[in-house]
Amino acid sequence: MIEILSSTALATIQDLGRENYLRFGVGTAGAMDRVALEVGNTLLGNAPGAAGIEIPLFPFRVRFLEDIDFALTGADCGARLDRTPVPPWWRRRARAGQTLLLGAPARGARCYLTLAGGVDVPVVLGSRSTQLRGEFGGHLGRTLQKGDVIRAVRCRGSDDQPADSDSSEFGAEPAELAIPLGDRITARDDVTAVRVLPAGEYRCYTDTSLEAFWTEEWKITPQSDRYGYRLAGSALVPIEVIEKRSHGIVPGVIQVPHSGQPIIQLRDAQPSGGYPKIGTVIEADLWRVGQARPGTKLRFVEASYEEAVSALDAVEAYVDKVRQFAGLYLISKR
Amino acid sequence: MKHDCSQTRSLPHVSLLGTTAILFEAPGALDLHTQRRIWSLAREAETWPGIREAVPGVTNLMLTFTTPPRDPASLEARLFATWDAAGELQLEGRVVDLAVTYGGEFGPHMADVVAYTGLSVDEIVRIHTEPLYTVYALGSHPGYCYLGGMDSRIAVPRRKVPVLHLPGGAVSIGGVQTGVSASPGPSGWNTIGHTDMSFFDPLQDPPAALVPGDRIRFRAERILK
Repeated sequence: MIEILSSTALATIQDLGRENYLRFGVGTAGAMDRVALEVGNTLLGNAPGAAGIEIPLFPFRVRFLEDIDFALTGADCGARLDRTPVPPWWRRRARAGQTLLLGAPARGARCYLTLAGGVDVPVVLGSRSTQLRGEFGGHLGRTLQKGDVIRAVRCRGSDDQPADSDSSEFGAEPAELAIPLGDRITARDDVTAVRVLPAGEYRCYTDTSLEAFWTEEWKITPQSDRYGYRLAGSALVPIEVIEKRSHGIVPGVIQVPHSGQPIIQLRDAQPSGGYPKIGTVIEADLWRVGQARPGTKLRFVEASYEEAVSALDAVEAYVDKVRQFAGLYLISKR
Repeated sequence: MKHDCSQTRSLPHVSLLGTTAILFEAPGALDLHTQRRIWSLAREAETWPGIREAVPGVTNLMLTFTTPPRDPASLEARLFATWDAAGELQLEGRVVDLAVTYGGEFGPHMADVVAYTGLSVDEIVRIHTEPLYTVYALGSHPGYCYLGGMDSRIAVPRRKVPVLHLPGGAVSIGGVQTGVSASPGPSGWNTIGHTDMSFFDPLQDPPAALVPGDRIRFRAERILK
């Protein structure tokens, strides 16, 4: 059990998302950085789809009410367990009464706190993710508040865990180092590059607009959250006015409302929409968007479908590598 | 060949949504005949290997993937062939009567609809309450119904900038479509009224009160000016 000590938290409980209810109007929700959540769970020997806490606002503090193994992944928050620093992408054991403090990260937007066994909230429509629009799932269908007590699933006895605290400590290589974008894309600290597949209305934009779409750096405005990132740059102009009939969309779709300023639909986005779609950020790079902060910039790199599929394989290979490493480590300590 | 960007295409259109889904858009008019063929296509496609969910929209269908197909072209071909063979699936559901308060604080964009259409508030309400609307599909947010059958005289384009917070029960118009929001949240549509109906319960399975094929009639309980 842990107790939330921060009062202004926008933290939510998320797993990998709620599938199979799009046709009832229920979006997937789920972690903005699924790779970080999955690796946190993997370090703890949890199922990859176990729930954790997504933390987008700092400082954030929790108190441990029992001895429990936890992991921190995602943005490096300079975490401290009481006075001891906890490295990013790291698993450690907390003792009852200890306080974990997460500070504002130098880069990255979201930190994931996972617990051995996984966060225990009721499964609603197949998932533990918080559905903010529908006000269900997660902890009472809302963001976490000061005083909330969150439990871990007790799926196995504690005898399964290593006995002394030091030996239960290890980490993984952070995703941004382990999954490079490829040689043709140069990285800069204030600009996050993500790969994009052209979508349904791509060819309905003027050549000037398409040129701007691929070459400009798009500012992430303060009106950016789990629903979507609203971007600012040159207005994207269609060849003729486009009114679409409402259709299904998925996280990553880049819509262009009449203002011409694109919006990337994200995990809490509506599962349908009618604005024209110029492209889709590939699933394999959505976690990079989740870690890009308002005020910084995004750059779009055109990808082929084949590249987008093999990029998913690269993410899976990285998580598998962490899983093998964690498995060997946990066996050696038993 | 110039890309056809108009909504009323003469041929069906297929496009990818990244590696997560594929979207099929039917050709022709926005009407119940087309929508019934979409329901028919959905019922077939949801059984195909690699397909997670078939999600009908308004005269279109999105298929999400359990794993991305290695060869999307063959999936596209199968969609076209199945569409060509698809008959109209008759779903005759229940009829629901919804009492609506039009205008005033419950219809913050009524003035915009008046300005765009050149009609009076009374005329807009009369035209909006006349048809028996069919639930074409669910989407947007939990329990929200896309309704077919609105009179195009009260069609109004979606708003240039979406409104961030609208209350649940908002009756609104977006393009040639109309609908009722099931919970509070953002919307790009023009809100003209309000109803108290509850559309969604996550603890029920299925969780939505209405399904495609059900029908709704709006009744003007009050008109605020």
